[in-house]
Amino acid sequence: MRPSESNAGRRSVRFDPGAIVFVIALAALAIMVVLPLGWLLFTSLQIPDTGRLTLGNYVEAFSKSIYLGPILNSLILATSVATIAVLVGTPLAWLVARSDLPGRALLRAAIVAAFVTPSFLGAQAWMLLAAPNSGWLNKWFVGLTHAEHGPLNIYSLAGAIFVMSLYNIPYTFTFVSGALAGMPAELEDAASILGARSWRRAFTIVLPLALPAIIAGFIMSFLEALAEFGAPAFLLIPARQQVITTQLYLFFQFPARIELAAAYAMPLLLVTAALLFAQRRLIGGKRYTMIGAKGSRHNLIRLGKWRWPVVGLAFVPPLLAIGLPYAALLGTSLSKAWGLGPVPGNLTLHWYQWAIFDNHETQSAILHSFSYGFVAATIALVIAVAVAFAVTRNLVPAGGLLSFVCMAPFVVPGIILAIGFYSAFSHKPLLLYGTAWILILAFATRFLPIAYSNITTALQTLSVDLENAARTLGAGRLRSLFTVTVPLLRTAMLSAWLLVFIPALRELSCAIFLFTPRTAVISTVIFDYSDAGNFEAVATMGILIMAITLTLVTVVYRLLGKSVIEAQA
Amino acid sequence: MAQIAISGLRKLFGKSCAVDGVDLVVADGEVMALLGPSGCGKTTTLHLLAGFLKPDGGEIRVGDRLLSSSAGVVAPEDRNMSMIFQSYAVWPHKTVFQNVAYGLEVRRVSRADIQQRVERTLDSVQMKHLAQRYPSELSGGQQQRIALARAIVVEPDILLLDEPLSNLDANLREQMRFEIRRLHDATGITMVYVTHDQAEAMVTADRIAIMNGGRVEQVGTPHEIYEEPRTAFAASFIGRMNVLEGTLVEDATVKCGPLLMRAASGIPIQRGATAVACIRPQHVLIGPPGAAGEGVANTIAGRIVRQTYLGEMRDYLIEVAGVPQLRAITEPNVRHEVGAEVTIELPAERCRIVAA
Repeated sequence: MRPSESNAGRRSVRFDPGAIVFVIALAALAIMVVLPLGWLLFTSLQIPDTGRLTLGNYVEAFSKSIYLGPILNSLILATSVATIAVLVGTPLAWLVARSDLPGRALLRAAIVAAFVTPSFLGAQAWMLLAAPNSGWLNKWFVGLTHAEHGPLNIYSLAGAIFVMSLYNIPYTFTFVSGALAGMPAELEDAASILGARSWRRAFTIVLPLALPAIIAGFIMSFLEALAEFGAPAFLLIPARQQVITTQLYLFFQFPARIELAAAYAMPLLLVTAALLFAQRRLIGGKRYTMIGAKGSRHNLIRLGKWRWPVVGLAFVPPLLAIGLPYAALLGTSLSKAWGLGPVPGNLTLHWYQWAIFDNHETQSAILHSFSYGFVAATIALVIAVAVAFAVTRNLVPAGGLLSFVCMAPFVVPGIILAIGFYSAFSHKPLLLYGTAWILILAFATRFLPIAYSNITTALQTLSVDLENAARTLGAGRLRSLFTVTVPLLRTAMLSAWLLVFIPALRELSCAIFLFTPRTAVISTVIFDYSDAGNFEAVATMGILIMAITLTLVTVVYRLLGKSVIEAQA
Repeated sequence: MAQIAISGLRKLFGKSCAVDGVDLVVADGEVMALLGPSGCGKTTTLHLLAGFLKPDGGEIRVGDRLLSSSAGVVAPEDRNMSMIFQSYAVWPHKTVFQNVAYGLEVRRVSRADIQQRVERTLDSVQMKHLAQRYPSELSGGQQQRIALARAIVVEPDILLLDEPLSNLDANLREQMRFEIRRLHDATGITMVYVTHDQAEAMVTADRIAIMNGGRVEQVGTPHEIYEEPRTAFAASFIGRMNVLEGTLVEDATVKCGPLLMRAASGIPIQRGATAVACIRPQHVLIGPPGAAGEGVANTIAGRIVRQTYLGEMRDYLIEVAGVPQLRAITEPNVRHEVGAEVTIELPAERCRIVAA
């Protein structure tokens, strides 16, 4: 009897190699999430020279009128962008989901394409199209009407609102079309059997049921516009009309006022966290569910004689977000000189040759973006898998807290994360500023929530019985992990990796604060070239990065289309 | 020797006690069913047996080996048990053959032996022809057979079954009950079988442990459980039963409202204590009105409130003043209209007194 009793005791404390990975992941989480956010708060409360604690930074940041103007501008920008995005995105979603609009698939694809276009690239494209004197649209207008000036000025608050609205439409569109697709057809059938015609159903049944999704879309766009750095930097810094994010950038210019930036960033952080929480509640908590509803088909509403006018109208936003901008970028990248316009004698492949083969700066930026993105995606994936596995399988205490830490960067705008990283890692003992690691870790942290939520979802759909079956047959925890769980998660892991790698390739808001000339990446090079007016180079780099992005996005769609979960069902 | 001895087993989830002091001995080569409603702790008990959970009290021994106690547990992989899961848990990324071979590979069985043993086992569950298929191409019943083959091919000491048939349709379920029993008789593996379906338990098990509220209420053969229940819960959970709660006024007599129930059998209960008299619906007799005398034991006046013709029998619901409604099942040719006044007789030799 005695040997078996000691046996039971020994087994329970058996050394588990998985624990090492988990402990490393914990340490990484502390360095990547807890430390920067802690330093952000600490910096905002400190007098830089003496190190004494003070509230003076907050007083200075929120009492001077030159710092209050940008806050007002940000609110105007965010409210306008969110309103326009919802007003355009909701009808588009309804048309695609419920009407017999010709070209619905194309419309959906165009909106996805707008989704993956970084808004700084959109801003750059609209600079080519609508800069006050030199923009192509202005030039054509002057050529046609012989007016003195073109009518468009993209370097303005209105210009920024216009461009950012275009790239925010996809949020409302995606949320609302998701809600419409998930809405049981029986709900509408019940209204029609009571005599409600299609338009009445749309306004009395469908729209109210889609309202949470519409509000969620508004909040998302509001926050995006508030936290966005790229487009405002391209369009509003030249106009000398600052918003919060560009003002934060200016705090970093000589003479740098990091402590002021940290204090100035706090309200933005709090607003973002509060609104994202509210948005989660809206989408997650209050979803209308129906018992026993089958995924029955919706009858498409016939547009009749309105068909073609509606098609014309529906394709205006994609034309402005995708058609014209990419035409302008492509045209510019193939021009000897952008100012001459897209005419035959002006065409050349010079800039592509230059960017890929001749110019050291662009070459090393491309190399940096790929290698940093690769390492960042791998780090994020390892942490996500280790923590998600431990939490979903209840292997560790305080799983809820760990989840929270992994998801926390989701509510931190990139620009604020950058300030936190700068505060935490620009001095000893962790002097990472100036190295590639600060960029890699910032990218990994910023997109960790994407990887974590994907892996968690995949793990939750994977029954724990599948692992338990292996264990009853004699496989240890690690063996069952590697022979059962990992093979079944392979698709989810690859797509989570890509979903970090893709945005890391073109990340600007963190990179712009953390790069040095030796660690420049594609987005910072684009920023610098645009600042210097080298638009041909910017356009070329933009087209290159989008070509790469679209290829990778296609890979993700292919992967997710044929997922393991399907095979299991 | 794969005799399982569970003693004083306890498991808490937060503050709620899922398993609350379970004592149970399963003999070597026996099939023991854990039968009870959902939430009674039967699945938790099974997971404790498998080693997925650590008990908060008590212990589990197999033979003379201590497997689980609050001090620690032997890992599931070191118990030489197998388990069949409610969801089957057949791995979607492995073929039928690979699924069944897995446990043998873990045990470092030679390639040739694996081939032979997997084929033989697949043959015994009539799945040999599908060896190279993936589970997603198979029906629920076929996946169930793979799970069965995968569990028995490793020749475990003990086979644990967690509601193995609850995802199958009715016909297949009935067929698989006998299949599992046949498999047991061929291999002699000790089995612990969790189910909420009494018919399933009665077909497959040598003995049944009735569980309720984290405790074992009664252990016995299907015959014992049906004929000689010891508690009101055990009485009503297996088969249909009229349950009349009252006070034990003298030996083998319960006073239940206006009705005095004498019983031919029962468990010893102290006089004056609460007791339950029970009788199965098929033993309730319905007679013409007026025959019930005041104070005559086992007889009372009632009124028919519902009658259902079921072909093989009639099912009556009868309202009786002062006691709960009674169910009666009669030959199909015994006819009483709804609303008819009748006399109900509850023969003492068919009544049994059990603990409340």
